[in-house]
Amino acid sequence: MKFAVIVFPGSNCDHDAYYALNKILGVDVDFVWHKESSLQSADAILIPGGFSYGDYLRTGAIAKYSPIMKEVIDNANKGCPVIGICNGFQILIEAGLLPGALIRNINTKFISKTISLDVVTEKSIFTQNLKKNQIISMPIAHGEGNYQADDDTLKELQDNDCIAFKYSDQFGHNLNGSVDSIAGILNKQKNVLGMMPHPERACEKILGSNDGIGIFKSMIN
Amino acid sequence: MKAKIYIKYKEGILDPQGKTVHNALESMDIKDISCVTIGKYIEMDFDNISKESAELITEDSCKKLLANPNTESYTFEIVD
Repeated sequence: MKFAVIVFPGSNCDHDAYYALNKILGVDVDFVWHKESSLQSADAILIPGGFSYGDYLRTGAIAKYSPIMKEVIDNANKGCPVIGICNGFQILIEAGLLPGALIRNINTKFISKTISLDVVTEKSIFTQNLKKNQIISMPIAHGEGNYQADDDTLKELQDNDCIAFKYSDQFGHNLNGSVDSIAGILNKQKNVLGMMPHPERACEKILGSNDGIGIFKSMIN
Repeated sequence: MKAKIYIKYKEGILDPQGKTVHNALESMDIKDISCVTIGKYIEMDFDNISKESAELITEDSCKKLLANPNTESYTFEIVD
């Protein structure tokens, strides 16, 4: 199995993703520069976190028009697994592969901390190695992770089992203001996942958690 | 010729920046403001095209890139 990690100017979690997939999980990984127009026969695509194009205009808005995104969208529509993490999630929304919007955190602050997540569904290629209602731990680091969707979109996500992760309320609050505490969502076909938390930063116990491995292992299986 | 484009959050979309600035203004004793909204202002210059063409280009730019139709609304004016 081969992953393509897409690299935009301003991506800064690309090497973390490469390390987690290649060095820890032993999977082949190619970095694919955003100016490329081919994904070089990748079996799965990872859009990493960071600040593509310096977050100019809106997070993810310019990256959507990078040449490689046409290929990413075509592959996603053909069923190729695509995971977007943090800025990658923002890009997937701007590209129209996932519904809703990510706006500034409710407290206006950039939040960088390790948090707990509820696994809402295990019925996806990204969560099949996890258990429904399992609590997993990994870092978040974002200023614009406040997920918003209109009532119809939210109901569609809930009815189609497309909410993958929610911020756990074990600390009694919703961190960033996201509607329904949403931290990660799937498309209807369940082959595209966008999530604000960083599983690639939680793949070794020495970093505080290796719960992120569960997501990548699900994809590799 | 120039396009002056104004983008702001749609009604009902939380604007935490506007709210925070509003709170700051009130804490400075600047009163009687009912709401502060923070948006974007963009200018685009054109070379020797008609006003109609400038309007079409601006509309297209706003729809495809400058505003997010899920969360933002836009207005613009074309000036000489």
